[in-house]
Amino acid sequence: MTSLTLPRSRTARRAAFGQIMLNEARLTWRRPVGLIAGVAIPLVLLVIFGKVSKFQQHSAALGGLTPFDLYLPILVVFALAMLALLGLPIPLASYRELGLLRRLSTTPVPRSWMLIAQGLVQLCVVVAAIVIMIIVSMTAFGAPAPKSPAGVTVAVALSAAGLFPIGLLVAAIARTANGASVIGRLAFFPMMFFAGLWLPRALMPDVLLTISNYTPLGAAVEAIQDSMLQGFPPVAPLLVLAAYAVVFGFLARRFFRWE
Amino acid sequence: MGAPGSAVAGLDARAGRLQVPARRPGQAASRPTVEITHLRKTYGELVAVDDVSFSVTEGEIFGILGPNGAGKTTTVECAIGLRSPDSGTIRLLGLDPQADRDEVHEIVGAQLQASAFPPKLRVGEILDMYRSFYREPADVGELTEALGLSGKCHDYYKSLSGGQRQRLSVALALIGRPKIAVLDEMTTGLDPQARRDAWELIEGVRDRGVTIILVTHFMEEAERLCDRVALIDNGRVVALDTPARLAAQARGGKSVRFLPSASFDDRLLTALPEVTRVDREGQHVIVTGTGELASTVILALAAAGVTARDLQLDSSNLEDAFVRLTGRHTDKEGALT
Repeated sequence: MTSLTLPRSRTARRAAFGQIMLNEARLTWRRPVGLIAGVAIPLVLLVIFGKVSKFQQHSAALGGLTPFDLYLPILVVFALAMLALLGLPIPLASYRELGLLRRLSTTPVPRSWMLIAQGLVQLCVVVAAIVIMIIVSMTAFGAPAPKSPAGVTVAVALSAAGLFPIGLLVAAIARTANGASVIGRLAFFPMMFFAGLWLPRALMPDVLLTISNYTPLGAAVEAIQDSMLQGFPPVAPLLVLAAYAVVFGFLARRFFRWE
Repeated sequence: MGAPGSAVAGLDARAGRLQVPARRPGQAASRPTVEITHLRKTYGELVAVDDVSFSVTEGEIFGILGPNGAGKTTTVECAIGLRSPDSGTIRLLGLDPQADRDEVHEIVGAQLQASAFPPKLRVGEILDMYRSFYREPADVGELTEALGLSGKCHDYYKSLSGGQRQRLSVALALIGRPKIAVLDEMTTGLDPQARRDAWELIEGVRDRGVTIILVTHFMEEAERLCDRVALIDNGRVVALDTPARLAAQARGGKSVRFLPSASFDDRLLTALPEVTRVDREGQHVIVTGTGELASTVILALAAAGVTARDLQLDSSNLEDAFVRLTGRHTDKEGALT
């Protein structure tokens, strides 16, 4: 900018960002595929698991925990992964397909704001989903309150930081919204396997568990489960998540196409 | 103090007169709004824009015409700062679209090819969002009124017709109250009525003092709207003139195609001053020339007892004008050697 131009006031910039956020939120609400996949499905699974009496029995094989105790963090990660791998990239790919990102580059507003706004909206949705799941599990199914709320916050924040760039990379690789949906799903299911959706980590053989420790969703489950049941999570899974954030953040930045 | 006072006044007057040429407002206005010199842009091996120069004055509707792939879109993309040129300079009201990107985006409104919006956003929501991007935005009510969208603010984007979507797109290009509006293929895909409405709209925008760059491949559109037109081919400006003069040039090279009822000697036609050449394509004869070509040819044939059947006059559309203009170009060069 030249010194002659009137700099836009901070308030004006904030108002512009607010308008983008508002429209992103409206779209998320009006096209609720992401809300269904990322909020409704894990919540329904939580209620089903809570109703199964076997899931409420303490088991020595699970280290004295109930299957429900193990599944709450898995479903939290389910919500995170759905919104990061599908909720985030599908709209972004569609905006590129529509020429919206290109059009935004002709306005005084940075086009990256659309990405940031979309990311923040998804983050709000995922936080709401997690809060609802924890409250439902405590009030309806007698689950204990999270041992370390600070630990849960840190673990969820780092999980989002590790997973959202993967979603951005999905949006970068995909040519269209449909492509993003296919790639997102293809990434989701194997990653969810290592989160323990079909075989909880407590029951995984050592080899699988080791692999799981280094996958983003495995590390996320470990960190969230520990902070819910024991206390502040250990450093290892947090570092794994931070590493994913850095590496995929770099890749997404490198490969993201605006048009 | 009368005498010294008047001496001072005289000095002032002289000084004032001396300063007049430097201060004349006309001089500032004559500075081009858009000035592009020797623009070049390549994508790897592909030369999208080879060498394009033109300048647009304030309040002008300037057309950029050319076939697909000629480099029109790349030229305007460079002009609005979406792409950085390999070489050449671009100035918009004295600003460099790369170095002064933010300011350029305040004063330039762009309506790009193929830009759409999410189906489930309402027209008013899209307008309010774009409005918030600019320092001194236009009034949404006035703008929608002018564009015939005033009753549409609560409608979802998906429910708009093609023409309404196009008008919304133009509205968004104008919502920042730009000094320059770039409209790329804005009437492509519109029905004739919607196209005519769009033309009126553009004239209305220009009447508000906005300089307009119109990218199009419709000759009719350029003839109707543009003050001047640059014809671009293979990344170069092959002609730059008023549409009337370009059309005259294009018409100068029209052709007539027919099936003669009997054989005749080509010299019968080549002898005519209006005819520049005669070609045969199977049974058909193609006569190229100028002026009242068709009637002259028919009369000359009739005089020799030949009837011209299946007569076709080529329409002087852009592609033809273009072929002629580029052909003429090489002819001129040929004549020089």
